[in-house]
Amino acid sequence: MQTLLQNLLNGIAAGSIYALIALGYTMVYGILKLINFAHGDIFMIGSFVGYYAGNWASGKLGTTGVAATVSAAGIMILSMIVCGTLGYLNERIAYRPLRNAPRIASLITAIGVSFFLEYGGQMVFGPDPKFFPTLVPKNVINLGGVVTTNYQLIVLAVALVFMGLLQYIVYGTKFGRAMRAVSFNFETASLMGIPTDRVISTTFIIGSMLAGVAGILYGLSYPRIDPLMGILPGLKAFVAAVLGGIVNVPGAVVGGLVIGIIEAFVGGSQYSNYRDAIAFVILIVILLVRPSGLFGKYEAEKV
Amino acid sequence: MQKRLIVLAIAVLSLVAIGCPPKGEGGAATATDGKILVGEYGSFSGTEATFGKSTHEGITMAIDEINAGGGVNGRKIKVFTEDTQSKAEEAANTVTKLISQNNVVAVLGEVASSSSMAAAPVCQSNKVPMISPSSTNPSVTEKGDYIFRMCFIDPYQGEAMANYVTRTLGVKTAAILTDVRSDYSTGLAKFFKATFVKNGGRIVGEQSYAKGDSDFRAQLTSIKPSKPQIIFVPGYYNDIGQIAIQAKDLGINAPLVGGDGWESPKLIEIGGKALEGSFFTTHYHQDDPSDAVRNFVQKYEQRFKYKPDALAALGYDAARLLADAMTRAGTTDGPAVRDALAQTKNFAGVTGVITFGPDRNPIGKKLVVLEVRNGKLALKASVDPVAQAAASAPPAATATSGATATATTAATGS
Repeated sequence: MQTLLQNLLNGIAAGSIYALIALGYTMVYGILKLINFAHGDIFMIGSFVGYYAGNWASGKLGTTGVAATVSAAGIMILSMIVCGTLGYLNERIAYRPLRNAPRIASLITAIGVSFFLEYGGQMVFGPDPKFFPTLVPKNVINLGGVVTTNYQLIVLAVALVFMGLLQYIVYGTKFGRAMRAVSFNFETASLMGIPTDRVISTTFIIGSMLAGVAGILYGLSYPRIDPLMGILPGLKAFVAAVLGGIVNVPGAVVGGLVIGIIEAFVGGSQYSNYRDAIAFVILIVILLVRPSGLFGKYEAEKV
Repeated sequence: MQKRLIVLAIAVLSLVAIGCPPKGEGGAATATDGKILVGEYGSFSGTEATFGKSTHEGITMAIDEINAGGGVNGRKIKVFTEDTQSKAEEAANTVTKLISQNNVVAVLGEVASSSSMAAAPVCQSNKVPMISPSSTNPSVTEKGDYIFRMCFIDPYQGEAMANYVTRTLGVKTAAILTDVRSDYSTGLAKFFKATFVKNGGRIVGEQSYAKGDSDFRAQLTSIKPSKPQIIFVPGYYNDIGQIAIQAKDLGINAPLVGGDGWESPKLIEIGGKALEGSFFTTHYHQDDPSDAVRNFVQKYEQRFKYKPDALAALGYDAARLLADAMTRAGTTDGPAVRDALAQTKNFAGVTGVITFGPDRNPIGKKLVVLEVRNGKLALKASVDPVAQAAASAPPAATATSGATATATTAATGS
C-alpha cells in the first residue's frame, strides 16, 4: 500500500513537469496546427538560464532563508523572460515567413530550429552535463512512510496555478477570445480585424514562458542538465498534450499526470526494462478508444 | 528581400556551426610527412563526456612524451581524434572514418564497452590493431585477435566486489539496479550477482533503468521495502549521482556500490552528500604511493592542473604500450604490430605490469575499492592478485580465478 502511494506520488511529481511543457505544445498547436518541435529545447534553454543565474545568485545571496526564495523567484522570472523572447524570435524568424506555405514546411522548420538549439546549445554551454544549483533548500516531507520533497509539491502547485491562469486567459479575457478565433479560422479572424500576427506571437511567448518555468522546476527536481535534455521530456509532453485532447488546457495537465503516473507504476514493477514501451502502448490503447484524447471533442468532418 | 536575408543568415550560421568541430585535430590530413598515424575514438560529448576527455588527456600526454623522446623507430606519432558522442552506433562510423580516410595504422578506444564492441569488428576486418584502454566487458576482446585491452574484465571486477562485500563487510542482502542500454552494466551486474549468491548473499530486488533517464524514484521505491544492505548500481557516473540523491530523498540509507563506470570528476559534483559512504571498484588510486603512479600524477597535474582519474592512466598506458609494440615490431604493419602486442610481457604501466593472456586481456591486474568520504575519493581496499597468488590465500584464489578461468577456456578452445 505504501509502495502504491509512493509510486502515485512519484508519478504525479514527474507528470507535473510533463504537464507544464504540454501546456505550451497545446497552445501553439491549438492556434497554428503546428507541432512546435523546438518547444522541448526552449525548455532546455530555460533550465540553462536557471543554471547560470542560480550559480551567480547563490554566490551573491546565499541559498538559505528569504534571500533564497526571492532569488529563486527572480531566476524563474528571468528564465520566463529569456524563453519568452526566444519563443517570439523563433516564431518571427522561423515560422512567420512560412505562414502561407504548406504546413509540412513549418513542421520541417520546427525540426530544424530544434536541432539548431540542441547543437547550438552544445557549442555554447558545452556538451557535458551540468549540475543544477540548489535554489531553495530541499526538505524531505514524510507522510506516514510515504516520502515527498518540497520540490515535488512546488512543481505540482506551480503546474496547477499556471493551468488555472491559462484557462482564465483563454476563456476569460479578450485576448483569449482572439486566440480562439484565430485558432478556429485564421482568415476569418483577420477579416474581423483581429491582429492575427500579434495574437500568434503572444501565444508563442506565453507557451515559451511556461517552458522556461518548467525548465527551472525540472532542474530543481532532476539536477542534471545538458543541451539534449529537452528531447525526451518534450516528446512525452507532446504525447501528453495529444492524450489530453490537444488544444484543451486542463486536458494537457491531466495527460501529463497520466503519463507520469503510468511511467511510475511500470517503472516500479518488475517490467522496468520496458517502461517507455509499456507506457506508450497504454497511450496507444487510450487513443484507440478515444481518438481525440481524453478531453478532446470528436468532431465529424463534413465531406 | 528581408526574408531572403534571414534565410541566408541562417544558412551561413549553420554552415559555421557545422564547420567548427570541437577538436582541433582531424583536419589537415595531408601534413603527415612520415609520421605514424594513430586513431583515437572516444566520447567527448553526451552522457559519458568525461570518459573521452580523461582518456584523451592520458593519450595526449603519452604521445607527446614519446615524440619528445624521438618517436617510434625515428618516426613521430600523430593522433587523429573522433567523437562518438557516447553512442555505440557512432563508434563504428568514427573508426571506419579513421581507418579509411585518415589511414591510421592502429586505433585507441573506447571506454564504454558497447562502443568498443561496435567498433572492434571494423578494426578486425581491416587488420588494424585496436587497444581499448578501459572497456571491461569480456566480449570486447572476443571480437577478434586484433583487439586488446589495458584493463581488467568484468567477471574479475564483479567477483572481487562481491567477495569484498560478503567476506570483508559481511553484507547479506543486496539489490541490483542495472542500465539496460549498456553491455557494461548488464555484464557487470551478472558477474557480481553470481559470486554474491555463491557466497551466500541474497538478491532482494532487481530493477533496471535506461542510460540518460532522470527519474529513478519508481525503481527505488520498489527496492525500498526489501531493505537491502547495499544497492549495486554498475552504471555510468552520470546517472549514479541522481540515483544517489533520489534514494536519499526516499529515505534509503543503504550505500550504493558500483564499478569503474563511476570513475569521473563529475561523480561527486552531481551526487554530492548523497554519495557519502558509497564505494566502487576501479583500476588505480591517484594517491597510490608507488613510483609509477606518483610520477604520472605529478606530470599530469603539472600539465592539466588537476589529478588524473583511472581512465586517464589507462589511456596513457594504452598509448605507451602501442608505441612500445611498434618499436618491438620494427614496423607499423598491422599483423606485425598485432603479434608484438600479443607477446607483451611485463610492460611497466601506471596501472600495473601488463602481460597479455591468450585472450588478449592483461593478466592479474590490480583493483582498488574507492569510497566517497567527505566529498573525496578515499582508498577503502585494494586487491593485488599477483601478490595474493604468491601468498596463495583463499581469497586470492577467487580473486584471480576470473582471469585464469577465461585463460583456460581460451586454451581448451584453441
